[in-house]
Amino acid sequence: MQFLKTLGVTALFVASAGVAQAGETLDAVKAKGFVQCGVSQGLPGFSNPDDQGDWTGLDVDFCRAMAAAVLGDAEAVKFTPLSAKVRFTALTSGEVDVLSRNTTWTMSRDTDFGEFVGVNYYDGQGFMVPKSLGVASATELSGAAVCTNTGTTTELNVADYFRANKMDYTVVAFEKADEVVAAYDAGRCDVYTTDRSGLAAQRTKLSKPDDHVVLPEIISKEPLGPLVRHGDNEWGDIARWSLNCMINAEEMGVSSANVADMATSTNPAIKRLVGAEGDLGSKIGLDNAFCGNIIASVGNYAESYERNVGPDTPLKLERGVNALWSQGGVLYAAPMR
Amino acid sequence: MAINEYSGVVNAGDLPDKPAPMRTEGIVAWIRDNLFNGVFNSVLSLVALAFLLYTIPPALNWLVFSANWTGGADACRANPDAACWPFVTARWEQFLYGFYEKSERWRIDILLAILAFGIVWLAIEKMPLKKYMAIFMLVIFPVLAFYMMFGTESALKGIDSTLAAHAASGEFAPLDPLRKLLRIPFAAADLKTVETSQWGGFTLTLVIALSGIVASLPLGVLLALGRRSKMKIISLLSTIFIEFWRGIPLVAVLFMATIMFPLFLPKGVHFDQLLRAVIGVALFASAYMAEVVRGGLQAIDKGQYEGSMALGLPYTKMMRLIIMPQALKIVIPGIVNTFIGLFKDTTLVLIIALFDLLGIVQASIADPNWSIKSVPYTGYAFVAIVFWICCYAMAIYSRRIEEKLHTGHKR
Repeated sequence: MQFLKTLGVTALFVASAGVAQAGETLDAVKAKGFVQCGVSQGLPGFSNPDDQGDWTGLDVDFCRAMAAAVLGDAEAVKFTPLSAKVRFTALTSGEVDVLSRNTTWTMSRDTDFGEFVGVNYYDGQGFMVPKSLGVASATELSGAAVCTNTGTTTELNVADYFRANKMDYTVVAFEKADEVVAAYDAGRCDVYTTDRSGLAAQRTKLSKPDDHVVLPEIISKEPLGPLVRHGDNEWGDIARWSLNCMINAEEMGVSSANVADMATSTNPAIKRLVGAEGDLGSKIGLDNAFCGNIIASVGNYAESYERNVGPDTPLKLERGVNALWSQGGVLYAAPMR
Repeated sequence: MAINEYSGVVNAGDLPDKPAPMRTEGIVAWIRDNLFNGVFNSVLSLVALAFLLYTIPPALNWLVFSANWTGGADACRANPDAACWPFVTARWEQFLYGFYEKSERWRIDILLAILAFGIVWLAIEKMPLKKYMAIFMLVIFPVLAFYMMFGTESALKGIDSTLAAHAASGEFAPLDPLRKLLRIPFAAADLKTVETSQWGGFTLTLVIALSGIVASLPLGVLLALGRRSKMKIISLLSTIFIEFWRGIPLVAVLFMATIMFPLFLPKGVHFDQLLRAVIGVALFASAYMAEVVRGGLQAIDKGQYEGSMALGLPYTKMMRLIIMPQALKIVIPGIVNTFIGLFKDTTLVLIIALFDLLGIVQASIADPNWSIKSVPYTGYAFVAIVFWICCYAMAIYSRRIEEKLHTGHKR
């Protein structure tokens, strides 16, 4: 019987892992030697497999940062691609340790599903129109046919926006993003609306990308951020300060190129950041150099941004609102001391 | 003097045959007879021809003639109105293996080779030892495939810990010699674990489809027999099972397996996601299979049952030797139909975040370096071609089996 059980257990490949209690996730992660990270099933610039089959993107970089912080190795991470529907179940059931899947931080999600640890990209719904339409602002869109996805908040946001501005419009809605793009490209509608990062990604799929322009209006707030399970505050702190580490590093000018030299910096704040001074890491159960490890292997926030979604990538997204607070954006990480 | 030579007024031999009149033979006559043999048919033919002319040349042009065959993303970006095959060549490894660990992919190669070898062996009519090959492919190969793909590391650990526990407690375990025997191949192979979450691509499509196919036929036969059983309870339970699984959509089954099922499990226990999906697909398909087989059973003449009973055959022998061979033969088209449907249904696992062939292609489309107008269409066209080849191969195979087993039951 025991033999059958052994066989059965392996044959059924039942695996068990710990679930939320203070400190438990950290111990489990250290024991198994990798971070299990929930990402999207493919969202350009945020999480998608590259030609070699390795996951890349802004959300993926956050997973790697956590692996670097906890285990000192940015490669010690396994990705679980999750659909929008199963993502929260996967987190609460303990299937993933952290969910970094372009998830909008809302109050109900924060209370129901997990603890958001910050924002790694400020998105918002925008509009794209052909240049030939001669429209400079979304307020001139009265009477337009609007292409969008069915059953998403984007559709509702458009309805609110047009009603609030007393404009008429017709909706041309499709199930999948590829269909929406095809319809817009074929001229079945005048306007294409979705999140601005999405607009940037879909724009490259048009026949003539340069003939289209994204309007300046942003009609919704979509702060995207990673989240962890409720109930394990230590693990939440690790996630929060991994993110803050990347933003603070950019602010202090510490990058993967110069982090090795920063241990001898004259600035005490930088020394604390990279772990040459103080005991910030040990407060959350990690090595004091956890932030230095993140910067060395993943880079600071600016490096990750430029690599995945910035102006030099096909997405060509300007920093805009995602710039540091000192440069006109809203990225403002709490100081590390 | 040659026979056929003209001599005076009489031919010495037969005149050579003249070709038949244009009206009755040749391509023109065929066209007249088959496509334009009446006003209505002529109109239909013209409409069909116009439709083909309207669709096929542009499709071929897009897929083949003006398509991008070489270069990279930049070549496709420059010519976005035709298929972008470099996208497929750059990623075919992912499409085949998914995220399976790169250093371990030889394990899949070996399995695919064995699979292809076995299928060809079974498909060629005059091959010897077919019975043993079939047993190998249906019984041994799945087990082998599982341990090759998943790795033997954890099984080895399990055996070792049990042996150690028995040795420590001095408990007498009659199965220990068997365990030691089993340990030998596991230890010799010593394959490292590759989690099922890393399985993907066409390999995963095959895993789900083949386990569904292999499991659903015997289950379906049992359910069909159960439903026709004279024992009330068995008949009732079989009917409930069949009608339950036939009555809910596969998408709902998969969603329940991934979203609801974990909520029932005690905290900290995980049941492998792939296994959940495979079980769901197999149970779903077996309900359909049961009804197909039941159709075959009902087509068997009552005399066959009575004759075999008169010979004194017990129930199992009657079914195994007389009824089932005939019933299954009749419903081969239905069985293969269910298999093909099952094979295509496996793409639904993409909604529960398993990357089968379609899922991995969709994920690849999201790569910003490949975000070009033609790439999604190329990806979907590639998936369609692969699936068509597989399904058509199954159809051909079933037709050949039908012909081979044909004993006059066909009308």
